[in-house]
Amino acid sequence: MSGGTFVGMPAFPKAAHEAVNNPTLRGNLRHATHTIRAKRAVAVAELDDWAALREAGKQIKDHTLRHLDRYLVQLEESVTAAGGIVHWAADADEANRIVTDLVKMTGESEVVKVKSMATQEIGLNEALEAEGIHAYETDLAELIVQLGKDRPSHILVPAIHRNRGEIRDIFAREMGEWGRPAPEGLTDTPAELAEAARLHLREKFLRAKVGISGANFMVAETGTLMVVESEGNGRMCLTLPETLISVVGIEKIVPTWQDLEVFLQTLPRSSTAERMNPYTSMWTGITDEDGPQTFHLVLIDNGRTDTLADEVGRQALRCIRCSACLNVCPVYERAGGHAYGSVYPGPIGAILSPQLRGTASEIDASLPYASSLCGACYEVCPVAIDIPEVLVHLRERIAEGGPVTREGNKVVLKPAKGHAAERAAMRAARWAFSHPGALRTGQRLASRTRRFHPRSLPGPGKAWSDTRDLPTVPAEPFRDWWQRTHGGKDTDK
Amino acid sequence: MSSRDLILGRVRRALADVPRDDTPYEQAIERGYLREHGGRSVEQTVDLLAENLADYRALVHRCAADELAPTIAGLLAGHGSTSVVLPAGLDAQWLAASEVTRVPDRAEGTSGELDRVDSVVTACALAIAETGTLVLDGGPDQGRRRITLVPDHHICVVRVPDQVVSSVPQALARLDPTRPLTWISGPSATSDIELDRVEGVHGPRTLEVVLVSGE
Ligand code: SF4
Repeated sequence: MSGGTFVGMPAFPKAAHEAVNNPTLRGNLRHATHTIRAKRAVAVAELDDWAALREAGKQIKDHTLRHLDRYLVQLEESVTAAGGIVHWAADADEANRIVTDLVKMTGESEVVKVKSMATQEIGLNEALEAEGIHAYETDLAELIVQLGKDRPSHILVPAIHRNRGEIRDIFAREMGEWGRPAPEGLTDTPAELAEAARLHLREKFLRAKVGISGANFMVAETGTLMVVESEGNGRMCLTLPETLISVVGIEKIVPTWQDLEVFLQTLPRSSTAERMNPYTSMWTGITDEDGPQTFHLVLIDNGRTDTLADEVGRQALRCIRCSACLNVCPVYERAGGHAYGSVYPGPIGAILSPQLRGTASEIDASLPYASSLCGACYEVCPVAIDIPEVLVHLRERIAEGGPVTREGNKVVLKPAKGHAAERAAMRAARWAFSHPGALRTGQRLASRTRRFHPRSLPGPGKAWSDTRDLPTVPAEPFRDWWQRTHGGKDTDK
Repeated sequence: MSSRDLILGRVRRALADVPRDDTPYEQAIERGYLREHGGRSVEQTVDLLAENLADYRALVHRCAADELAPTIAGLLAGHGSTSVVLPAGLDAQWLAASEVTRVPDRAEGTSGELDRVDSVVTACALAIAETGTLVLDGGPDQGRRRITLVPDHHICVVRVPDQVVSSVPQALARLDPTRPLTWISGPSATSDIELDRVEGVHGPRTLEVVLVSGE
């Protein structure tokens, strides 16, 4: 199945364990996450209405999700009216088939791509390759990943796990295989490495006839798509080719043009900690004699409607992929992005992947445990996704079973076999919550930063869930769980 | 069943809990945020734009309308440019003091031709002070999107204070979504290598902004 779990991916604890034993990786990750984290705090503090922007962002996304059918139809109308062609793909295979056919129709055998989570999620590059079409990644980090025959490890800085020496070696070794070789005597200064990438990719941009992108937002009212970026490779892919194919998840809609005023303020500050990212492109269908004259929009479901069907879990679809939650996550910092076994790493990956893909695989069933529930992810999230709440909800469903939607059908999940211990833990946690005194003495479940929202629990918990001030965190910390499932072989001190 | 109907059907079933009379869009979103951050005079807004442009390493120049042609000529010469691409509707006077070869922005032209041009001079649709952003909308004095992308040196002229707004919300209210829009905040940059900001990966590596007053 394309777009599924990375083949042969070990479950989270095993992969994480390997990562914490790799000192280079840990050093790179720590430097990176701490740097962005500090910068983000400064950028956010510049806006004294941050809380109001965050709330508005949440409300816009929630409202859109609650009326997604209407906005999808409206978007289709506006894109079509502006000269675009809209396609719908229920799953990864269908999306890949549509894009492959569209590329074949142009007669081209290579495409340039701007970094897109959606196309990684569906495994588009591999699908194109299988049909003899070569997809060139043009984002510097993606280029590093692609040339290094590697996988991305961070939403925003996919090569965050590579240091400059490694990047130099990859460029010197691999660029010649793919096109213009790296300059002789390439050193490891970032400026020289960037120059090498500029030269290597420019020849590809100039001859490309087909560009493939994702989009950060789509405006239902106007049919406008928007891509934010830093390097200019996005602008290259969006304007130089004759044909543009954008592959976008159905949840990326906002209702109106005005709504962008919220996200254009919160996204850059949350992701790259900038007042504004260097380049933002917005296009509405096609423009005569400027840019691509054929524009296809491929809307993908691939598990999104199943996620939407879960009233607690659907908030994950508010995500604007800023990656702020990765940079504050203590588990991500130690485990690295690869441990999450999907294109969505970190806290958002831990709640999104098991919903998009279901929890049948070992890795997906282990992801909701990849958290200490410290709540830092919720604090920084610009659309206020209560990640700990969803984690706990998913843990409970894995341990206890229950109704879920898969490929549009309601099914009842059996309690996971290997998770008998989880059920016991879940029961113990419930007992603790029903005895607030016991909870206070065992404060480890509580978070310093997060405000708990009282919430009624399903199943056996219901009887006592009317208790006021009931916290919503009935599960063991990641660390305990890891120790238990690894017999205390946790080397991360 | 088409995938379109399949997906829309799934969405509708997934939203069975949403009441028919759910809060309408107009009331669902509290826009409690600010239209602009802080109060500033017109001059202060222009100063803030200059400051924020420079903070993201654009080179900022200020001049009066009658100094614009020599200013542009000086910038082209300073960059060592021998050719410049110009949008069809750019005021010819702006280049009156420069001798460099003019390359028109033509639909038939290729990206490869553009790659051999040293510089580009354009106007803009507006500029945002709080974020240090220039917005181009493909108007006659700005040209096709690619001309401000492929050449390595972009000179962008902003008429101050008319074209300057304070904030992102004010900018969106003034822009036309049906036009292709490019928002530029400093030269192309990457932080992909150990998070060191490096200027210039694919777009122009030098961005010069001329704030011209009294036009
Ligand atoms: S969950 Fe929130 S913080 Fe994490 S990437 Fe998505 S929007 Fe950003």
